[in-house]
Parts: sequence; structure tokens; C-alpha cells
Amino acid sequence: MKGVAIFRAYALAYLLFLYAPIVLLPIFAFNNGTVIAFPLQGFTLRWFAQMWTEPGLGQAVRNSLIIAVSTAVLATMLGVFAARASTRYAFPAKGPLMGLIMLPLVLPEIIVAVSLLVVLLGIGVPLSILTIILGHVLMTTPFAIAILSSSFQSLDRSLEEAAYDLGETRLSAFRLVILPLVMPGIISSLLISFTLSLDEFIIAFFLGGTQVTLPVYIFAQFRFPASVPVIMALGTILVALSVLLLTIAEYFRRRGITRSGGTDTGGFL
Amino acid sequence: MARRVRGANPEALGGLLMIAPPAVYALLLLAAPLLLLLVYSFWTDGYLEIIRDFTFANYHETWTNPLYRGVMMRSLMVSLLVTVSTVLLAFPVAYFVSFHVAPNRKSTWLFLITIPFWTSYLIRVFLWKVILGYNGVLNAGLLKTGIISEPLTFLLYNTNSVVITLAHAYAPFAILPIFVALERIDRSLLEAGQDLGESKLMTFFRVTLPLAMPGLVGAVLIVFIPTIGDYVTPQLVGGPEGRMVANLIQLQYLRLDNYPLGSAIAISAMGIVALLSAVFLFMTRKYLRGPK
Repeated sequence: MKGVAIFRAYALAYLLFLYAPIVLLPIFAFNNGTVIAFPLQGFTLRWFAQMWTEPGLGQAVRNSLIIAVSTAVLATMLGVFAARASTRYAFPAKGPLMGLIMLPLVLPEIIVAVSLLVVLLGIGVPLSILTIILGHVLMTTPFAIAILSSSFQSLDRSLEEAAYDLGETRLSAFRLVILPLVMPGIISSLLISFTLSLDEFIIAFFLGGTQVTLPVYIFAQFRFPASVPVIMALGTILVALSVLLLTIAEYFRRRGITRSGGTDTGGFL
Repeated sequence: MARRVRGANPEALGGLLMIAPPAVYALLLLAAPLLLLLVYSFWTDGYLEIIRDFTFANYHETWTNPLYRGVMMRSLMVSLLVTVSTVLLAFPVAYFVSFHVAPNRKSTWLFLITIPFWTSYLIRVFLWKVILGYNGVLNAGLLKTGIISEPLTFLLYNTNSVVITLAHAYAPFAILPIFVALERIDRSLLEAGQDLGESKLMTFFRVTLPLAMPGLVGAVLIVFIPTIGDYVTPQLVGGPEGRMVANLIQLQYLRLDNYPLGSAIAISAMGIVALLSAVFLFMTRKYLRGPK
């Protein structure tokens, strides 16, 4: 039993290491000092207030929201197709095709970014919010597939066959039987893709042209020490929002697995 | 693709129709661009336009220019260090969650482990700068407790800080595959090992570890391949000595406008990574076959 205690202590220390930067974030966001260092200078809300007067921030937030919502919807739609195909059908070249679709999961983002940049400029597509969305969909689809596959995997195939026997068409059976069962997975996938897109930097940096997203804005502000406290405040809000969205996503993921009768193997991936 | 499915069974056709939207998307926006990147790497930058004559000059430049070669070697070193440290540090955590956490609490643990991975990568990297800096949190703490008398300077703006920050960023990526592999191990095999007279430690090395190998291999690859192309971490905490290959690629593309050379550097880096991954997979192949 002593061994278990050591393992537990190690795992907790590891969690502390993982959360160290995130714990510091709100501390500096509420710190009444312009330098991001200890000792702390007392409590303030002025960095949060100052956020509203920052030029360019509003536009960056709007851009990021448009991109993240579009990406979430498109990636989840593509993810539904891929997850359904990979869990239900056998077809030629399944391995290579799925491998290609899942490739952005391991491929460095900069490679995705520069290769898309070369193509877009080559065929004369101007860089805009749209081109960022194209890149983000490519990058987030594998994550959507990973989440959706576990929902589709735990589907009982006899439910679908029963629907056919009762006279439903393929489409209506999908809409009436399968879709409600995988809906929690779909919501979870939407939320995860949204969070990933909102946080993505490299692709937005390369493919955005003059359009600035939130991470690109934050990255630019790091060059000016004076704006860093405001970024800490902004980051606190972003992290709180992400954690909230992820918690909701996790809730739906678990509910989806229970609903379709599977057992939870844990984790998003 | 239509040619291939003619005469195939309806299930294959249904599957291909189903996979078509994401597959076409990936072919158009991933496979084709990667091919074009490869083609670009054999062309030449002619200031105003790209000269479309086949040449190895960019590769020659990438592999012989000491500056580029140095950055490439450093990126490899950093990636290897990050991979080894991340996987070694992650293994006990995955082991703990799989073997010592009650089944109904496992997913909560995994959720806690993955949260930092999904949130504000940029700001996390920046905060490592705050932690490791000259006036940073770590130095302040160590000075206060009297462990050191002067701030440590080897923490920030070099390879160390890049390794620490990347090991932090990729930790969940390493834990999850190992955890999944450990979960698949039939627990009765471990009891059998001990019944047959092996000590706990020997059972671990002779039963658990070989069976966990697929997860370990997955963890190594999923950390090693993306880290070599990380841009933000070396840019923010690396300083001039910690620049990596992604910074070089960005420089060629966005600052110097030399797409062909940038492409050659990108392709070279990917080539090295693919080669090393293949060698690694070959070396560990006997563990990966596994019982069906």
C-alpha cells in the first residue's frame, strides 16, 4: 500500500506542474503592478477595465468568434461522416484515407500552415478569415473524429436495423435513431473544435493576412511589456471560458456514452 | 475513385460515399498542398517570381549552410530531449491512473490532465517565461528560501527553457496513449506472473512493460513529431540560442519571402522526423504485433 501512496503523491505533484502556469495567470491579472513578477502589489480590477479600451481587441474577438463557430460546425460535420464511415463500413483504401484525414493530429501545425499558404497564394486566393477557417477545419477535424468515433462505436447496430424493418429509410433512420443517440458526442465535438480553433495561433498567423485573431493579437501584445497585464486579464477570462466549455463537453461526452450503452474508457481521445 | 468502386459491394460503395466529404477535403487541403510544398522545394526564388526549374540548390543550402544545419540539429536534440523526459515523467502518472484509481474516477483524472492542454497555449508559454525569468517566480522562491544566493540565469532564453516548456505542453499527449495501452492489459496476466514466482518488480518489467509498449511507442511518436515543428515556444522562451526549425521556416516565408528555401527546410525537417520515426517503429516492431 505504501507504493500506492508514492504513486499518488507523484501524480498530484505532476498535476501541480501541469497547472502551475494557469494558477499564476489570475494572480497577475488581479495584481496592481505593471511588472509581471513577485512580490505582488495588491488587488486591482483595472486590467479588466482597461481591456475595453484596447484598440483592435474587439475586432480580434469578433474574428475569432466567427472563425471558431464556423470551424466547429464544419469540422463536426466532416467528423460525423468520417466517424460513421470508419465505425460502420468496410471500404477500399480505408486505412490510407483515414490516415490522411487524421494526419494533422501529429503533423506540426507550421507544415500545415505553410503548405496551405503556398497553395492559396499560388491559385490567387486572398488571405482572410475564410482561409483561416479552411486551415482550422483541417486541423480540428481529427479531434472531432476521435470524439465522435467513440459515440458511433458504442451504437447498437440492431437499433438501426429495427428502424429499417419498421419501414424507415436510411436517411430517416439516421435522423430519428442514430442522430439522437450520438447527439451528446456531437455537442462535445462542437465545443472541443470551438475551443481548439479559438486557441490556435500558427495557422491564423500564416493564413490571416491582415485579419487578426485573438491569439495573433495576444502574440503581438507580448512585445510590449506595458500591455502584458491586460493580456493576463484577457487570458484569465479565456481560460475560465475554455474550462467551462470543456466541462460541458466532458459532461455530454459521458452522457453520450451512457446513453448508447457503452462503458466509459475515459478521456477525450 | 469512382473507377475503383465499380462492381464493388454496396457496403464498400456506401462507405466510400460516407468518407468522401472529409476525404476530399483532406486530399484537396492537405495532400495536394503537401505535394506542392515538395515541388516548391525544388524551385528557386527569383525575387519577383518563382523560377520553375528543377534544382537541388535549396536542399544543398539547407544541409550545408552551418546556420541552418545548426538549427536543424538543435531542433532534433530538443525534440528528443522533450520526448524522453515527457514520456518518462508521464508513464508513472498513466500507470497510477490505470492501476490505482477507482474505475469511476478515472475519467475525472484524465479530464484534469487534459484541461491544460486545451487552453491558451500562448499564455501558458508566456507564463513559463514569468516562472523561469531572472526576476521570475522560481528564482524569487529559491532566493527567499535561501537555496541560492543569486538568481539562476541558465533557466530562460536557451534550450533548457524550450525543453521545460515543451515537456509541459505535450504532457497530456504522452499520458493518454500510455493510459489506453495499460487499460487493455488483462489484469489476470499480472497475477499469473506473480503466481509463477516473479516479484512485483519483475512482473512489471516482464509483463506490464512489454504489453504497454504500443502505448509507449504511440506516446513517443505523438510527442516527437509535432515538437520539432513548434514555433511559439522557441520564439517566446528560446532566445537567440533556442531558435528551432519552425522559426527558420517562418523567417523564410514571412520575412525573406523565400518560399522555395522555406519549403526545402520544412521538407527536410519532416523527412528526418519520418525517417527517425520509421527506424523507431522498426526497432520496436516485435512489441507492436500483439495478440489479436
